[in-house]
Amino acid sequence: MTLTAKDVAEIIQLLEQSCFDSLSLEMDGMRLNLQRGCTAPVSETHNDAAAETASSVPPPPPSAKARPPSKPGLFDVTSPFLGIFYRAPKPGQPPFIEVASKVEEDTVIGIIEVMKLMNSVPAGVKGEVVEILAENGALVEYGEVLLRVRPEASP
Amino acid sequence: MTIRRILIANRGEIAVRVIRTCRALGIETVLAASEADLDSAPSKLAHRALCIGPAHPSESYLKADTIVQAALGVQADAIHPGYGFLSERAALARLCEEHGLIFIGPTSGQIEAAGDKLRARSEAEAAGVPTLAGDPVETIGEALALGREIGPPFLIKAAGGGGGRGMKKVDRLEDLPEAMELAAAEAGSAFGDTRLYLERFITRARHVEVQILGDGQGNVVHLGERDCSVQRRYQKLIEETPAPALSEEFLSRIRAAAVELAERLAYRSVGTVEFLVDLERDEFYFLEMNARIQVEHPVTEAVTGFDLVAEQIAVANGQELRLQQQNIRLEGCAIECRVNAEDPAHNFRPSPGTIRSVVWPSGEGIRVDTHIGPGACIPPFYDSLIAKIIVRAADRASTIERLRLAIAATRIDGVATNLPFHAEILADPEFEKGGVDTSYVPRFLERRRVLLEA
Repeated sequence: MTLTAKDVAEIIQLLEQSCFDSLSLEMDGMRLNLQRGCTAPVSETHNDAAAETASSVPPPPPSAKARPPSKPGLFDVTSPFLGIFYRAPKPGQPPFIEVASKVEEDTVIGIIEVMKLMNSVPAGVKGEVVEILAENGALVEYGEVLLRVRPEASP
Repeated sequence: MTIRRILIANRGEIAVRVIRTCRALGIETVLAASEADLDSAPSKLAHRALCIGPAHPSESYLKADTIVQAALGVQADAIHPGYGFLSERAALARLCEEHGLIFIGPTSGQIEAAGDKLRARSEAEAAGVPTLAGDPVETIGEALALGREIGPPFLIKAAGGGGGRGMKKVDRLEDLPEAMELAAAEAGSAFGDTRLYLERFITRARHVEVQILGDGQGNVVHLGERDCSVQRRYQKLIEETPAPALSEEFLSRIRAAAVELAERLAYRSVGTVEFLVDLERDEFYFLEMNARIQVEHPVTEAVTGFDLVAEQIAVANGQELRLQQQNIRLEGCAIECRVNAEDPAHNFRPSPGTIRSVVWPSGEGIRVDTHIGPGACIPPFYDSLIAKIIVRAADRASTIERLRLAIAATRIDGVATNLPFHAEILADPEFEKGGVDTSYVPRFLERRRVLLEA
């Protein structure tokens, strides 16, 4: 059995969503090592793109934010779209959820606005909200962690 | 308004290319990237990369609303669409216009005029640019009447799209009805538009296109032409300037025609007017207009010395044209080959994967536009272009020689590429002679197949 590019992409995605930092897989004489984070591959060959990455450090972006690492035992609720995140149904109204709120899979935890189109975001898991990372009114990216939930142990 | 921050709504080598110019101009860049491209070279080179959606283009690079939301969210002043994806969708340009963003390209109205084949053709006619004998046809009766008038062979085209879909070559008048039905069905399912167009088919044609630049205030210049006749299945493989084996008089007429069309549209931005050159009649005819920066633009940059992306940004920013026709000199000769991750030994099938190691050529007169370094991943979701190798030299023979050496110095491990195929073409006497027509690559492949079987 061999791994296709699609298989590898899927494995990478599994690692992304897991709470592990690295994965190594050995099968049929091939070995796959995956590591989370942005360690640039070290190489002696040169190309324009790689050389530029190394030589000139761009000024920090105006509003960049690092992606926080996952925490063991907690479920990351991620944004299904790029858009503006709102914690409440309307300005001035109480937020959908707070830290310590209990949520079900279909509990709405916030709204993502994409060009005036409001999309409600379900929790996708049953449990208790432990941490809220996304700020009200901020731009969130696709896949960005909005909040963390401690899943309720299934009976 | 001054552009300080640009959102780049594209990927791959063109994203790297745009970032490079932005850096030189002191403009900040934000890359709108799909999940599959978050670790790509442009994601690392940009000041910031934003994940706009999953890998599949329909969920990321093709979502105009998301792109505009991303630009507004990071307070970008402008959007650069690159080529492909949303670059020629009037909807994106219009959304920008409505939300106070600068679209680095033509106006939405100009994109509409250039994008609809029938509309573009009537604009060309009105500008006095030669067009092929032909007309829109609605019924089979109309098609037969027009067919009798212009004589076979014919080409049936879809009015609403391109890329060979809905396109049928017809050799005999009696085959027209059946071909029309097929073409209409194909066009309907591909573009949601069954309008058809019938025109004379040129048996031996070259593809010659003129690079133009306009400021939207009526000023238009051309920056010479590119010959892109080396194509396989309508995909360009090798582009060169000047177009070989055409007289200076012929070239100045074709360049002037392109300028006239762009002037008529009061065109803003870089654009390309494509022509077919009929080798039997020694005439040229309008083919289509591309309202974007093109893949092969470095060929033109190599002989003019201008940065077309910088000029594109300047005119989008409302500046008057900085270039004057008399100051544009076309010096020497340039050729580009498109390096695709596809396997010429297996009918050019795509070869995605991870690059183990790579050495790109360097040296005088050599330029490589790429997003591919060691460890780079070529996702299977997008086109297979991984690099463009562009060389320039004083004359065509030495340019070909330089490109051959550049290709020989290139090493790519991890995926199959079409470089061996390029090397074969560059060593072929017919290509060396110059002025091949668009049926050259299929003929070359057939010739090679026969040789291998013998």
